[in-house]
Amino acid sequence: MSNHSRPPRGGHGPRGPMAVEKAKDFKGSIGKLIKYMGRYKFAIVIVGLCAVASTVFSVVSPKVLGEATTELAKGIMSKIQGTGSIDLGLIGQILLFVLCLYLVSALFQFIQGWIMTGVTQKVCYRMRRDISEKINRMPMKYFESRTYGEVLSRITNDVDTLGMGLNQSITQIITSVCTIIGVMIMMLTISPLMTLIAIIILPVSAFLLGLIVKHSQKYFKTQQEYLGKINGIVEETYGGHLIIKAFNKEEETIENFDDTNKVLYKSAWKSQFLSGMMHPAMMFVGNIGYAAVALSGGLLAINGVIQIGDIQAFIQYVRNFTQPIQQISQVINQVQSMAAASERVFEFLNEEEEQQTVENPVSLGEVKGEVKFDHVKFGYSEDKIIVKDFSADISQGQKIAIVGPTGAGKTTMVKLLMRFYDVNSGAITIDGHNIKDFNRRELRDAFGMVLQDTWLFKGTIMENIRYGRLDATDAEVIAAAKAAHADRFIRTLPNGYDMELNEDASNVSQGQKQLLTIARAILADNPILILDEATSSVDTRTEVRIQKAMNNLIKGRTSFIIAHRLSTIKDADLILVMKDGDIVEQGTHTQLIEKKGFYAELYNSQFCNAS
Amino acid sequence: MKRLFKNMLPYWKSVLIILLLLTLKAVGDLALPEYTSNIIDTGIINSGVEHILPEKITEKSFDSAKLFMTEKEIKLFEDIYEKDGNCYNLTVTDEKTLKKLDDKFIVPIMMDYALSKKSSEEFKDMVPENMSDLPMDNPQTMALIKEKILEFREEAEKEIDKVGTDTLMSTGIAYAVEKDKEANIDVNAIQTNYLWTAGFNMLMIALLIAVAEITVGFFASRVGAGIGMNLRRKVFKNVVGYSNNEIDKFSTASLITRTTNDVQQVQNISIMVLRMALYAPIIGIGGVIKVFNTGASMAWVIGLALLLITGIVGVLMAIAMPKFKLVQTLVDRINLVAREILTGIPVIRAFKREDKEEQRFDDANVALTKNMLFTNRVMTFLSPAMMLIMNGISVLIVWVASGFISEGTMQVGEMTAFITYAMQIVMSFLVLTMMSIMLPRAAVAANRIEEVIETESTLNNKENAVDLPECKGVVEFKNVSFKYQNAESNVIENVSFRAEPGKTTAIIGSTGSGKSTLVNLIPRLYDVTEGAITVDGRDIRDITMKSLREKIGYVPQKGILFSGTIESNIRFGNKNATDEEVEKSAQIAQATEFIESKYDKYNSPIAQGGSNVSGGQKQRLSIARAIAKKPQIYIFDDSFSALDMKTDADLRKALKENVKDSTVIIVAQRISTIMNAEQIIVLDEGKIAGMGTHKELLKNCEEYLEIAKSQLSASELEKEAQ
Repeated sequence: MSNHSRPPRGGHGPRGPMAVEKAKDFKGSIGKLIKYMGRYKFAIVIVGLCAVASTVFSVVSPKVLGEATTELAKGIMSKIQGTGSIDLGLIGQILLFVLCLYLVSALFQFIQGWIMTGVTQKVCYRMRRDISEKINRMPMKYFESRTYGEVLSRITNDVDTLGMGLNQSITQIITSVCTIIGVMIMMLTISPLMTLIAIIILPVSAFLLGLIVKHSQKYFKTQQEYLGKINGIVEETYGGHLIIKAFNKEEETIENFDDTNKVLYKSAWKSQFLSGMMHPAMMFVGNIGYAAVALSGGLLAINGVIQIGDIQAFIQYVRNFTQPIQQISQVINQVQSMAAASERVFEFLNEEEEQQTVENPVSLGEVKGEVKFDHVKFGYSEDKIIVKDFSADISQGQKIAIVGPTGAGKTTMVKLLMRFYDVNSGAITIDGHNIKDFNRRELRDAFGMVLQDTWLFKGTIMENIRYGRLDATDAEVIAAAKAAHADRFIRTLPNGYDMELNEDASNVSQGQKQLLTIARAILADNPILILDEATSSVDTRTEVRIQKAMNNLIKGRTSFIIAHRLSTIKDADLILVMKDGDIVEQGTHTQLIEKKGFYAELYNSQFCNAS
Repeated sequence: MKRLFKNMLPYWKSVLIILLLLTLKAVGDLALPEYTSNIIDTGIINSGVEHILPEKITEKSFDSAKLFMTEKEIKLFEDIYEKDGNCYNLTVTDEKTLKKLDDKFIVPIMMDYALSKKSSEEFKDMVPENMSDLPMDNPQTMALIKEKILEFREEAEKEIDKVGTDTLMSTGIAYAVEKDKEANIDVNAIQTNYLWTAGFNMLMIALLIAVAEITVGFFASRVGAGIGMNLRRKVFKNVVGYSNNEIDKFSTASLITRTTNDVQQVQNISIMVLRMALYAPIIGIGGVIKVFNTGASMAWVIGLALLLITGIVGVLMAIAMPKFKLVQTLVDRINLVAREILTGIPVIRAFKREDKEEQRFDDANVALTKNMLFTNRVMTFLSPAMMLIMNGISVLIVWVASGFISEGTMQVGEMTAFITYAMQIVMSFLVLTMMSIMLPRAAVAANRIEEVIETESTLNNKENAVDLPECKGVVEFKNVSFKYQNAESNVIENVSFRAEPGKTTAIIGSTGSGKSTLVNLIPRLYDVTEGAITVDGRDIRDITMKSLREKIGYVPQKGILFSGTIESNIRFGNKNATDEEVEKSAQIAQATEFIESKYDKYNSPIAQGGSNVSGGQKQRLSIARAIAKKPQIYIFDDSFSALDMKTDADLRKALKENVKDSTVIIVAQRISTIMNAEQIIVLDEGKIAGMGTHKELLKNCEEYLEIAKSQLSASELEKEAQ
């Protein structure tokens, strides 16, 4: 199971800065992010200071280096006129000083990077942890309306995007702004007139950038859209390969693919081409600035207004001037995707939570397992009530079966019992206490579960069974496995109880997994049991074994069994028949058969065939 | 790596144009600093004057200039100047001749210039003592003096050589400027004029660079996108042609990544290579040439820079690489734990293991954070270090150059140009270094793509395969055995049976008994390893796959739908089906009820992979799809499992009524689904364990009885047995 179904985000290479997802509420998201980072205030202030210092030093350096050149030129002049020579000692001093400036600048840059990396990683760590803890406090219904991929992508992709953004954009913005300001000041100190000339290129660059962005954005959108389409076709075709073959649809599919591919090609090269124009265009504007500055500098030098070395330094500053502008335009996109990512993360973190504890919780030492449904009314939404008025009195040790066609909502009752959902009205009580009066965790302690979806994790078999009771000894785990008829097959596996289950636990069969979950439930030893279609996806021989294991399990406990095959639950003390989310009949097998209602129809359809 | 470039071969023309344009751009990029340095050297320091001979010179200075000249030189000097009032005008304008003249006259003019700068006292010190006593107006003494002067010139020439040619030129130009000024020439106008021309030229070159780069971008984008399109097409076409063998070999998920992400990566890298990576060596070599042309012996500085960069990048990579490689594993680990938590929510809550899961996640989280912190911190060294090297190199160049300039073998402007070239070389080297880190990753993607393109389908039409004409649909297995590629033992072992039109043949058995594999052999999704399968007595390998599959209505285990509408999905196998036929098919498949309940009925959209309909609905639609095709042979591969008992029964009843003449083959797990089939085949570990009707099998097939026992209660069995 890879999450290949999501469209790839970007990829590497010269990617135009345009295909960026934007946050719905940019300010709010960034605000929340800043608040979240509040505890790193101090570190971030230091980062800011370091960035400023590093920039100041690197901005000042060219001017000082220019002094060396001026000194050189002066020396030559006097040499030509025979009045002196080049003062190598002085130049040496200046250069040494410049070198120190560069060193200090690099040092500050390094410190800033070091601290920011730390902050970023800590923020990412905390975010991931908060998300993982949040998952456990959220109501189940949140996850039922979403794919796992969605939540997963917040933990990995979004936090990742956020981290990258934090690490690079904050310092980049500080540095770029500082550079622009610093360069501007330095230029002003050299020559206000030349500065003015240099600044004229700003609106020109902005205009050009805007023009290119505007035009290429269109193609980026098309490209993104068709990339998504192509990916869709690819996934669908490969996933349905069997059907494409069996229905002779190869040619048609390829034709369809070709059409989309061609559109993608066009938008791809156009967007790449247009966004690629950014660099040469900016360079050209930069060169215009360069020429203008050189010219005006030359003219000013004739009049002796400025020194030759100053022109040189100024020219370097002009070069430094266009660069941060380009950088900021790139960073803005990064900030935008960062805002979008943080919006999604905070949206998740701010989702409604379940109340974990109640005031004055009921605490039962020993749960007997008497369950009572008292006029229970429930719907997943207010306007769609599916359990209208259900009452049942279940005494300790009884076996309750819930049957009905696919999609009838059989698991609803279970979800209500375990308080994955709350009833709209009425009450469910255990040993006479309303389940709402328990702390959630304590309530759930009363239940053992074996589900159709055999959830196991990557780890050894021993660990997986012990999951039922963490303090169980090895002997107790093995005893539980024996009771679940799992001991024998476990011993035939390589490494036995120490065998590591792989990612999808696909190195044991479905039936074996089911036995493991039963062993786990046996070990947990809860007074009330829930068995949800536990035998639906295994072959017959294993099924017999599972059936036996389950009989061991439910002995003496109150049990709720959701069943597919009616033959297995005929001896239940109470059968609840569900249809379209509603309980339509209830009673024992004999009662229901005599009633000749839906249950009887269902039961008979298994055997009486169409012929 | 080779493959990455191989993809560009078909575009060799464009690549050639790109190379030419890049060379042009490199020439421009390298010429640009020369123009800039000219603006400073000639335009500003030398007031825009390029040669030592003044354009206009006063009579007095004209004569004085001749002082240190030989007879021959004086003659030439007088030839190139024309008298104009009390001034002389230079008649030569040709750049080349002017340069030659620069070399010829530099020494005497330089000496004259130096002389004019000295006070008479200093001058006396300079000239041989006995000379100053001589009377100046005597022609004889004049000749003598001339001789002496030339002697003195030879002496001085040795000294002048030490000054260095560049300083000499500057001095000569300073002379020209001075004389021009004396002769009332507007030197400032010359200077302004020079600056404008140089500025204009510079802009022209800048424009050329921009145009070249944009054109490169044009071709590079087209080539890159073209490579992407072709690869995508090739891969897709090939995969569509694959048989299940190849799909199984690669796995669907991997094929999807190869067609989408990998191709996209190759496309992006190709554009980058064409635009940047190719340029780096061109500009690098150009820079090296330029550096050598400056004649400055400072190439070692650049060598030092490259060495430092290689060293630092090498060390950082060596430290960070092992941890870099770990990142993906750790991210996978976090993903795995998160996925387990998400899929296990009910279980985790039921067992109250929230804390344990949080701990597990935290362990993975800490590991990832630690690793990321390490690699990122190592990488924070990179940027400041590179900046420091580049800046340090500039400082070093200025220092070394100061020495040269002081010796007079170098000019300030040249030094500036040298710095620029050095930076260009260092930058191109940096780009190449980064590329050498990135390219191998892209090469992996290119190889993965190539693997798919090079793999041929193992299942093809025979050369002399024929189309299957109208057929009755008798399917017969004759001693069929089948083994998956690379598997050790057979999945299907010596199976023979005959399925006839108008009858239902059911196949039952436990999971892994080979039921699905068996029916997949019929539409030739795999080829039999031994034995033969015939349709109407003809071996299916002798029939074209297309015509064979036309006769088969196949319903897979999982309902697979395609994006479109309900109608387009039902019409999938038979474009020409009438609306009535579509509706009828849906009706037989028991799909009418849910289709009618939808707002758009048959036009209701189906999302990609059918994700917006339930499993049972998907299965019913895929059954309807097969029915609409009106095939002679139906194959239901466990297609009823997602349906509840009642729908299952209704569907089978409708099917029985409507497809009377077709051969129906059903794979099932539930006994109730197949109890009434005319022929039931019990598969056990790939072999036939029993064949017959339900009643017969209950009596004589132990495996069947075992299955029946687990699904039917004793009383039901008894009822059946009677």
